[in-house]
Amino acid sequence: MSTTTATAAATPPAGKKRIVMTDRSRAENRLGQRLVLPAVIVMLVVTAWPMFQALYLSLFRYRLTSPDDKEFVGLSNYGTVLTDPLFWQDTVNTVIIMVVTVGVELVIGFVFALVMHRIVFARGAIRTSILIPYGIITVVSAYAWQFAFSINNGWVNSWFDFLPWISSETNWFGSHWPAMFAIMVSEIWKTTPFMSLLLLAGLSQVSEDMIEAAEVDGATWWQRLWKVIIPNMRAAIMVAVLFRALDAFRIFDNIYVMTRGAADTESSSFLTYRQVIQQFQLGLGSALSVLLFISVLLLAALIVKLFKVDLAQARGEA
Amino acid sequence: MAAKNQTRNKIGTWVGFIFILVWCLLPVVWIMSLSLKGPGETAAGSAQFLPKSPTLQNYRDILGIGTVTPGQENTHADFLDALRNSFGIAAIATFLAVIFATLAAYAIARLDFKGKRLVLSLALAIAMFPVVALVGPLFDLWRTLGLFNTWPGLIIPYMSFTLPLAIWTLSAFFREIPWEMEQAAQVDGATSWQAFRKVIVPLAAPGVFTAAILTFFFAWNEFVLAISLTSTTASRTVPAQLSFFVGPDPFNPPYGLLAAASVVVTVPIIIIVLLFQRKIVAGLTSGAVKG
Repeated sequence: MSTTTATAAATPPAGKKRIVMTDRSRAENRLGQRLVLPAVIVMLVVTAWPMFQALYLSLFRYRLTSPDDKEFVGLSNYGTVLTDPLFWQDTVNTVIIMVVTVGVELVIGFVFALVMHRIVFARGAIRTSILIPYGIITVVSAYAWQFAFSINNGWVNSWFDFLPWISSETNWFGSHWPAMFAIMVSEIWKTTPFMSLLLLAGLSQVSEDMIEAAEVDGATWWQRLWKVIIPNMRAAIMVAVLFRALDAFRIFDNIYVMTRGAADTESSSFLTYRQVIQQFQLGLGSALSVLLFISVLLLAALIVKLFKVDLAQARGEA
Repeated sequence: MAAKNQTRNKIGTWVGFIFILVWCLLPVVWIMSLSLKGPGETAAGSAQFLPKSPTLQNYRDILGIGTVTPGQENTHADFLDALRNSFGIAAIATFLAVIFATLAAYAIARLDFKGKRLVLSLALAIAMFPVVALVGPLFDLWRTLGLFNTWPGLIIPYMSFTLPLAIWTLSAFFREIPWEMEQAAQVDGATSWQAFRKVIVPLAAPGVFTAAILTFFFAWNEFVLAISLTSTTASRTVPAQLSFFVGPDPFNPPYGLLAAASVVVTVPIIIIVLLFQRKIVAGLTSGAVKG
C-alpha cells in the first residue's frame, strides 16, 4: 500500500471530466475501484440480495411452517396489508412517534448545542455526559425508563404527582397515549445528544462576524437567532433531521422492551418483525418489508426536498 | 447594560449546564440505584428513588459470584455467555469493517475513479435502510446457509450496516490529512515504507480509531438482528439476552437483576466515553451518520 500511496499523490481535482485517460489515471481508476470493492460487496450482500428476495417473496403466499403450500398470489399480499386497519394504525403510531420525537429533539438538542457552544468550563465533563445516552444500549435505556414509569417501583409517579393527571395509581402502560408517551420519552432521552452534537457542528460553522454585525445593527438576541444563526445552519439542521427522522421511523427496540406492542403501541417495524419472526408469514411479511422500504425512500426524498439542500454537497462540506 | 447581559448569559449557561448533566445522568443514576435494591424491596414495590438497604445480591446473581439467590442459578451462565458473544461479535465485526472501510475511504479521499459518487450514495442509502425489512429474507437465507444462530450470522450484517458510518467518518478524516508530508519525508531520505509507517500511520490512526469506536458502539447496541437471527445463548448477544430475562410474569420483571445487568453492560461504554470523548464527538460530527 505504501508504494501506491506515493505514486498516487498528485490527485487531480475530483469530478472533472477528462477526455483522454492517461496510463496513470487509468491505473488510479483501477486501484480506486479495487479498494472500494470489498466494502461494496459486503454492503450489497446483506441488503440488495435480501431486498430482491423480499420483492419476490411478497408475491407469494408463503409460510415457513408450511413451505410446500407456497403459491403465487400476485399483488394480493399488498391488498391484504393495505386494507388492514392494523397496518394503518401502526403507520400512524410510527409517524406520530417520528414527528413528536424529532420535533422535541430539535428544540432540546438546539438548546444543548447553544449551551455547549457557549460554555467555557467543564467542556470535557459535558461532552462525556452527553455521550453516555448516545452510547448506552437502547434496550437498557428502554428498561431504565420502563422502570422509572413503573407503577410499583418507579419515581415518575411520586415525583410528578403534583400534576393533576398523575397520581401514585397512574398506570403508564395500561392505555395507548400514556404508553406512547413513555416510549417517546425513552427515545428522546437516548437520541437528543446525537442531535445536539450535529447541531453544535453546524453552529460552530456560523461566522461570528456575521452575528456581531447583526448585533451592531441593533438586532435582538431572538432576531439574531432566527435571521442569522438558523438560516446559516440549514444544511446541518437538515442532516440532523434527516438522520433522526429515518432512525425514529424504524423504532423497534423501545417498543419491544417497554410494551411488546400492547396498548396499541406497535410501530411499522414491530408489525413487520411480528409477521416474519413470530408468525413465520414470509409472504405477507415481505410485502410489509417492501412497503417499509418504500416509505423510508419517500420520507428521505420528502425531507431533502423540504430543505432544498444537496445532500452530497452538504455532507461533503461537513 | 452590557454587563447585565453578560451576567444573564452566564447564569443561562450555568442553568443549561446543570440541565444537560441532569438530563444525561439521571436515568443512569436511577438504574444504578435500582441495581442495589434487593429482590424483596422491588417485589413489594417501592416508590423511593434510592435503595432502602443497598445490597450487591443482584450483581452476585448476574455474575455468578458467591451465593446465588435460589431460582437464579442459571441466570449468570446465560448472561456471561451473552457478554462473551457481544464482545466477540462486536470486536470481530469492528475489526473487519474498519479494514474494509479504511481501504474504501482512502480511495474516496485520495484517488479519482469512476463510481465514487455511486459508492457514497450506496453507503448513505444503507445507513438509512430499515433493518427490519431485511430480517425475513435474511432469516430464510441464513437458515439455508447454516448461518442462523452463529457468530458469522451476526458479524456479516453488522459489517454491512456499520460500513457506511465508518466510510463517511474515515473519508472525511482522510481528506484533512496533509499527504504531502509523506513525499517530504521521502525527499529527506526515508524509504516509502518508513514514510508510510512513520508519517502517514500516526496521522491516520486517530481517525481509524474513532471509526472503530463508533462501529463497536453500533454492534454492541444492535437489537433487531440479534433477536431475529439467534435462537440460543450460543450466539445471542447482550441486548437480546436482556430482553429474555423478563421471566414468567411480564408485569413483575426482576427489576434489580435487569438493572444490575444493565449497569454491567453500560460500564464498558462509560469507560470508552470517558477516555475518548473528544475523538468520538469529532468522528460523529465529521461523519454525521448514526448506524
